[in-house]
Amino acid sequence: MAKVLVVTSGKGGVGKTTTTAALGAALAQRGDKVVVVDFDVGLRNLDLVMGAERRVVFDLINVVQGVAKLPQALIKDKRLENLWLLPASQTRDKDALTEEGVGKVIADLRSRFDWVICDSPAGIERGASMAMRFADEAVIVTNPEVSSVRDSDRIIGMLDSKTMRAEKGERVEKHILITRYDPARAARGEMLTIDDILEILATPLLGIIPESQDVLRASNVGTPVTLSNADGAPARAYIDAARRLCGETIAMQVPAERKGFMDRLLRRRAA
Amino acid sequence: MSMGLLRLLRGNKATAPVARERLQILLAHERGMRGQPDLLGVLREEILAVVSKHVTLDPTKVIVRLERGDEVSTLEVDIEVPNDFERKRAAVA
Repeated sequence: MAKVLVVTSGKGGVGKTTTTAALGAALAQRGDKVVVVDFDVGLRNLDLVMGAERRVVFDLINVVQGVAKLPQALIKDKRLENLWLLPASQTRDKDALTEEGVGKVIADLRSRFDWVICDSPAGIERGASMAMRFADEAVIVTNPEVSSVRDSDRIIGMLDSKTMRAEKGERVEKHILITRYDPARAARGEMLTIDDILEILATPLLGIIPESQDVLRASNVGTPVTLSNADGAPARAYIDAARRLCGETIAMQVPAERKGFMDRLLRRRAA
Repeated sequence: MSMGLLRLLRGNKATAPVARERLQILLAHERGMRGQPDLLGVLREEILAVVSKHVTLDPTKVIVRLERGDEVSTLEVDIEVPNDFERKRAAVA
């Protein structure tokens, strides 16, 4: 049974693309067949984060418009046997994403993969609404920060009203993924707490990804963070999140401050 | 306790509770607005339709404004009525 998962947020820069790549790789490593689909037409970046930017020939719009067949546009990951990428167009207009065309592509992908992970663009316009339109589940990427939480709330409203499932009277299963969580700042009361965010958004938690240089290093070299430093804190948090998506019950690890008392007293920043 | 002490030493207060409270108030309001995206537009159309039954109006001279206050909100309806409106009414009667 294929599942269509949208990674969305409303706000830009919170980590949707990083999350799409990391969850896609983690699920593929479990043995599931996974495709990650970039819906950010005109501003594609999933190809870059996945390290496949030089291998793009055809894209999602080409397939939607019938210029290319789906297998021609799919790019196979070089590291993982089960992982594929469907890139967005860099030149076309987002209006080229027709509902009918996207629906056909998603249906085709469903027949070929276990997971279809749609990387939504920021905003609430056409690209974002098409990315969530056919979703069964949603990961709402949220930073512990007021503007991100507000936008997540708006996106939750859209998931509950504007998706195919919502229109059929069904539910899109929603999960909050908190990214860029800084335990030191949270401890100092400078950052919204996990409980605050979950209470405000009234949506279950999928995982907490700590703020870490691993994420930047991974995108620098074009490797999903779950592969580039699999033992690092963000990779482990993403791998746990992927396992929860598969229905496993895993205790939630809240990132904790690792610094000693003297460090805190001297207010040293984490390396 | 050490956290409180640190905060005291540094003289700044936790801002997260403020963020939380502001968000809760804002989202309660925004969620209420959802599903009725253009309440003011609907009100304006309906008010215009009712008044137009009796008075000839310039649709651009009907302004509906909602002002939110802490305790109560006010709905302001500003309709400009042409000066010859009494005469027109007399003629109809």
